[in-house]
Order: sequence, then C-alpha cells, then structure tokens
Amino acid sequence: MLTIDALQAFGADTADGLNRCMGNADFYIRLIGKAMDDKNFAALETALNAKDLDAAFEAAHSLKGVLGNLALTPIYKPVFEMTELLRARTDTDYGPMLSEVLTKKAELKALMD
Amino acid sequence: MKFSDVYTEGKRHILVADDEFINRELLENILSDEYDVLKAEDGEMALEMIRHNRNTLSLILLDLIMPKMNGMDVLKVVSEDPDLKGIPVIVLTSDQDSEVMSLKKGAVDFIPKPYPQPDVIKARISRSIELAEGRQIISATERDELTGLYTIEYFYRYSNQVDKFFPAEAMDALCFDVNHFHVLNERFGMEKGDEILKLIARRLESIFGDPRCIICRKTADTFLVYCPHRDDYKKVAEEVCDLGGDIETAIKIRVGVYSCCDKKLDIHARFDRAKIAADKIRNNYSVLVSDFDEKLIDAELFAEQLVEEFPKALAGKQFQVYFQPKFDIRGDKPVLSSAEALVRWCHPKLGMISPGAFIPLFEEDGLIVQLDEYVWRGAAEQIAEWKKRLGISVPVSINLSRAEMYDPKLVETMEQITGDNGITTKDLLLEITESAYVSDSAQIVERVKTLREHGFFIEMDDFGSGYSSLNMISELPIDALKLDMMFIRNAFNKLKDTRMISIVIDIADYLGVPVIAEGVETEEQYLALKKLGCAIIQGYYFSKPLPAADFEKLLLDKKSSE
Repeated sequence: MLTIDALQAFGADTADGLNRCMGNADFYIRLIGKAMDDKNFAALETALNAKDLDAAFEAAHSLKGVLGNLALTPIYKPVFEMTELLRARTDTDYGPMLSEVLTKKAELKALMD
Repeated sequence: MKFSDVYTEGKRHILVADDEFINRELLENILSDEYDVLKAEDGEMALEMIRHNRNTLSLILLDLIMPKMNGMDVLKVVSEDPDLKGIPVIVLTSDQDSEVMSLKKGAVDFIPKPYPQPDVIKARISRSIELAEGRQIISATERDELTGLYTIEYFYRYSNQVDKFFPAEAMDALCFDVNHFHVLNERFGMEKGDEILKLIARRLESIFGDPRCIICRKTADTFLVYCPHRDDYKKVAEEVCDLGGDIETAIKIRVGVYSCCDKKLDIHARFDRAKIAADKIRNNYSVLVSDFDEKLIDAELFAEQLVEEFPKALAGKQFQVYFQPKFDIRGDKPVLSSAEALVRWCHPKLGMISPGAFIPLFEEDGLIVQLDEYVWRGAAEQIAEWKKRLGISVPVSINLSRAEMYDPKLVETMEQITGDNGITTKDLLLEITESAYVSDSAQIVERVKTLREHGFFIEMDDFGSGYSSLNMISELPIDALKLDMMFIRNAFNKLKDTRMISIVIDIADYLGVPVIAEGVETEEQYLALKKLGCAIIQGYYFSKPLPAADFEKLLLDKKSSE
C-alpha cells in the first residue's frame, strides 16, 4: 500500500501533488495508481522503437502533463527532457531516457504492491 | 429577480476538455464545490457538448492536444460561431508558445501544466466568467425606463440564467398583449396610456413574484414573462385586465402561452411561439388565453407562402371577382337589388383559398391596396359589360379598407375607374367599415364627405363591430347601414334576443337610411328581420357569392320576370 511517506522517499514533491488534490491523500494515491496504467507509456516506447517522432512527441507531451500534475518528479524529469527534444524532432538516442522513465515507473509500481 | 440572486441559487456549468483522465479528475476535484463540471475526452466530444449546452455553459477549460480534433481547432470553431463565441475559453497548456497563440485565437486566459495552486485556478476561472458575463450585458440597459421591468436584452439573458440554474424546471414562455392599446392612448391620452402600462407591470410583478420568474416589457404594450409552469392563465389574465384604481374602462389583455417550452429551442424562438399564440386571438375579445400549438407554425409558414406568391397570383389573374346578391325584402317577394363584389383566390395548386385565409395577411402587409384596386376594376368592368351586352344595370358595392381611406388620390382613383368603364357612381357603391371611422374620425369623415359630394353612395359596413358613439353616428355622411354579421348570429342564438337589431333599425330610421343585414342564413332569420323592418338582405339563405356567369343568370331571371 502506497503511502505519502513512501512517495516522498521515492522523490515525489508530495506537498505540491497533495495541494493539487485539495489535500486529499487517498485521492492523490488513487490517481497515481491510474497514472501507472496510462497507455502513453506504451505508446511512447512503441513510437520510439518505430522512430515515429510525431507520435512519440504526443505521447511524451501527454505524460508530461499528467506526471507534472501528480508531482512525480523522478519520472517527470526524464519525460520533460524527452518532450523538449521531441518537440524539435531532435534525432538522438532516446534509449537511456526511456529506460530511466521505465525504471523509475517500475520502482514506483513496486511501492504500490 | 436580481442578477445576484441567480448567482446564489445554483451552480454554473464548466466543461473540462482534456484527453487525460487524471487531468480531468484533478480539475473536477478542485472545481466541483463551486461549479457543475462536464467532461469531454476528445475535441469532437467537446464541441458536441459545447453546442448542446451553449445556453448554459459558463466556461470551457480546453486542453490543446487531444485526439480526433485538437484544442486549437475547437477554439477556432467556438470563437467564430456567433452562438458560441460568448462562452469564454481558458486553455490548458504546458507550452509557452501555445499560450500566446491561443490568446491570439480567442482564448481569454490560460492555465499552465503542471497546474498552479487550486486557488489560482479558481480565481482565474471566476474572473474570466465575470468578465464574460459583464461584457455581454454591459452594452445593454437593464431596466425599461417607464415600467422598471427588464429590457428585452436583459430579459433573454436572465431567462437563460434561469435555465442554467433550474435545468429540470418546466418553464412557460408567455406573451401579454393589450388589445387595441393605441385606441386607449387616443381615448385617454398618452399619459393615461403610460399609467396603464405601469399598472400592468406592477400587476405582473405581484402575480409572478417567484424569484425564478423573469418579466420584461418588449415593446409599447407587449410584456414577456418566463416562469415555472402553471395552468391558471385564465385567472392570471383576468387579474391583469382588472387593474382597478381610476381606470375608466376595463382593458383587454390577450395572453399567448407556450407552456413547458422546449429548452433546446433558442430563447427568442420560444417567445416567438408565445407571440404567435397571442396573435391568434388578436381580434377575439371573448378569449383571453391562447396556447401555442405546433399547427400554428404550419399556419405561419402557409401565410408566408401566400404573401410570397401574391405578385405572381395578381399578374396571373388567379384572383376572381365574385358577386353576392343582395335582395330587397320590403315588398311581398324578395327582389334582387344589388350585389357585393368579393374576391376569391383560385390557386393553381391549392385550389380555392378562403378570403379569411389571405385578406387579413394582405391587410397586415399592405398588399390589400393592390388587391382591392384589382377587385374594384374587375367589378367595374363586369358592371359595364352587363350594361352593354344585356342592357341591365345592377349596382355593385366594393370594399374600401382603412388604409385606402387615407389615400389622398382615392377620389381620383374611383372617378377614373368609373370613367374608364363608362359607368356612374350609382353603379359602384362603396362599403367602408365602421372601425375605419373610429380610428381617426375627423379625417375619414372628411374623405367620405368628399366621396359623397362626387356622387358616390356610401354603405357603413360591419356596423356594431366598432365603437361608434351615438353622438358621432348622427353626423356621419352615410347612405346605408350594414349590420355586422355578429348581430345576426347573436340575435338568433339560444336567447332569440333581437332587441339590438331593432335599436339599430331605429337608428337607421332616424338617419333616414336603409339597413342591410348580411350573414343571413336561415328562413327564421329572414322572416324576423323582415318583420323588424330591415330593408335589404344578403347571405347564404338567398345565395352564396357567385362567379360572374352564375350571377348573370339571376340578372336575366329578374329581367324576364319584369
């Protein structure tokens, strides 16, 4: 069961996230659970593998908004970087950034079980 | 109802359009205390919801990047559609470039992602709504100077607000009209007229005191009310009519009711319907309340069609002059004495259209002037033709409307018509409706005098339907009184009370003119009128209006029996 303390230890800016949830911790944690199932994680991976930078940008952009709102800083940061690069359709190796995203996501997911 | 009351009565509606579930949930959680939040998952859905809720949406929160239709395209549609552009749009975005772009495209503000403090979001939203609502009403004046009721612009706005806050309430759209208000103004003066309007306003305010009722004065003597459904409008109308105080005469109100109106219809359209219902009973003083019926819309469309086709029908001679015989009943046997020229419309597709269906329309549109002249000429040509071919002279009366009595060239036109056809003023009689005399008697009386000086014979038509005073009648330049059909109908209804007819015949005797009764349908009516001393009779009992060829047969019969 995920707690605010565990989230904080993970690196989330829980004060910020809770604030957006009007101080409702249950609501906050429930939304984080939902974010783990966000289909844009998979969409981002697929698009990058296919070198489809347009689709990758859309997925990254959407994730950025959600992760930012939930203040999940460790995942938000690499997604933010990717989004800016993808916005310019920069041809670079996104592999390390993507793997950081997926690692941090898995880490958070583990805290929930 | 004050605007501020509306604020406190219910919640405004906000649409959140964002494809991310979490973003929608966060905003709903922040806003749901103060607003009713609607949610859309993509651009197409957002636009559909905006259109559907256009009368009740206070604000749109719009994500720019969404599937199916992106936010910028939604914004473009909203800002270019006159029905939608009054709804403020706040853009949700994480890109600074888009912020400026969306403001340029018509967004009123933006909220960045990640979202700022909830208080900041709420403050931006409420400020945008206030600005938008202020902007929409700032151009209008809120109150009618005379009555203190809302003006029409505010009325529609507040009616929409009521819908917004009481969406489940069944509402009625009402239109109150004062019958012949201009007559009241003329009889009692403008000042008294204004006083009457103020009294009506106060009475409406007391009847419709519920804060959900909105009242306005639309034009001179038309009041609109938007209120929760009720079914006692007959009583309401009676209360409005009975103003009490020192109003010397009871005013006559008519109420058009569009009850439990369809809220999907634009607010203007709802009151158009109430007005249509009110106009249906415009000349029927015995009925105060008229309910809107879908059939009335069909009738309106039909009316429009007739007015549209008029020029073609006139040019194509679709209008025909019919002749209804008049019989002199003073002797032992009724004798054909004259006829009234009446118009019939033989429409190529619709067949025979009743004059009752088009004459009132053409009177309203002013087309009646053209139609009447057509009938006058048609009648004159026919009179001349019978004279020439059969050697028979039969006087035919034609109808003059109130509008034509004001035409300075009227006498000239009449003389031209008789002159062109080689007939005399004894062949073409003029029927002028009583109500024409009342509305502006001095001018009309002068015109009638001139016509008589030129030799025309004047029949006062529909006598008893207007409001002639006995004093005025004695001075009127007329040659015959034509009894209003209603007299005949009322006299021979269940009560069999013919006293009014005897009074009118006495008046005619005093003036030294004959009485013509029209609308005589039964033998009983004929015999009673004969006994009372009525001189001439017209009506279905003797004959309906006939085409020229059929009327000619009557003329020939009469000639051969002489």
